[in-house]
Amino acid sequence: MARPSRALHQSSGTNGRRKLALVASKGSLDMAYPPLILANAARMSGIDVEMFFTFWGLDIITKKKMNNLNVATVGNPNMHPWFGIPTLLGALPGMSAAASWMMRGEIKKLGFPPVPEFIQLVIDAGANVYGCKMSMDMMKLTEDDLVEGATVLGAMEFMDLTDGAQIVFV
Amino acid sequence: MTADILDRVSFDDDGFMVDASTWTEDIGQAIAEALEVNLTDRHWQVINFVRKDFEESGEPPTLRRITQQTDVSMKEMYQLFPDGPAKIAANIAGLKKPTGCI
Repeated sequence: MARPSRALHQSSGTNGRRKLALVASKGSLDMAYPPLILANAARMSGIDVEMFFTFWGLDIITKKKMNNLNVATVGNPNMHPWFGIPTLLGALPGMSAAASWMMRGEIKKLGFPPVPEFIQLVIDAGANVYGCKMSMDMMKLTEDDLVEGATVLGAMEFMDLTDGAQIVFV
Repeated sequence: MTADILDRVSFDDDGFMVDASTWTEDIGQAIAEALEVNLTDRHWQVINFVRKDFEESGEPPTLRRITQQTDVSMKEMYQLFPDGPAKIAANIAGLKKPTGCI
């Protein structure tokens, strides 16, 4: 039995307030959700969040791409809970789109939002969102191409920000 | 005075009320004081929704459900109840700890 207190709601690590740093480097539909869910769960537990989107992960925060992330059906032997799709079958036109459509449906059934709404939710919850400068230069993107609230950051600045944080690479 | 009210209430190890049906607004106020939350009408709007939703579904609402079913935005929820809005609102409303991750 414990009386309610502020302390019971505060998630403190060994050095005071907990901080989580997430690096999202994959842009497929199935790999967009883990960093978003972790970021949201951290914010709901009072943990500060820094999210760094790099390489294909940039698609998650790029306005033109975020609505159309897909799941790979080629070379993906673990396509459950549906059926294992052999690579040659998965290479047929439309297979990736069909699998992605099914996955979006399953995610919606669980009450999770689509990626653009989810990234906005996470930003509104107070997570800091950054696009990797190097990846953006490589893909010819500017800050205007990113979702409202995202800023451009280099790797070294990200290292400064994540002092004391637990870093998760996806 | 606050300490007296909470003396008569049973809490679990996380500080959440064991029996939601024994909650009163005075108990809610006392819990809010223990959590250092200064309750305004806007806070009470959320607390009343959370209790009503719990009565209808048997589960405390997730944070996303609160923002979808009321006019309180996600940003505002984090301003009203910093550091864990759904958890803190459920705590003040005398409910058990919410378990959703959205």
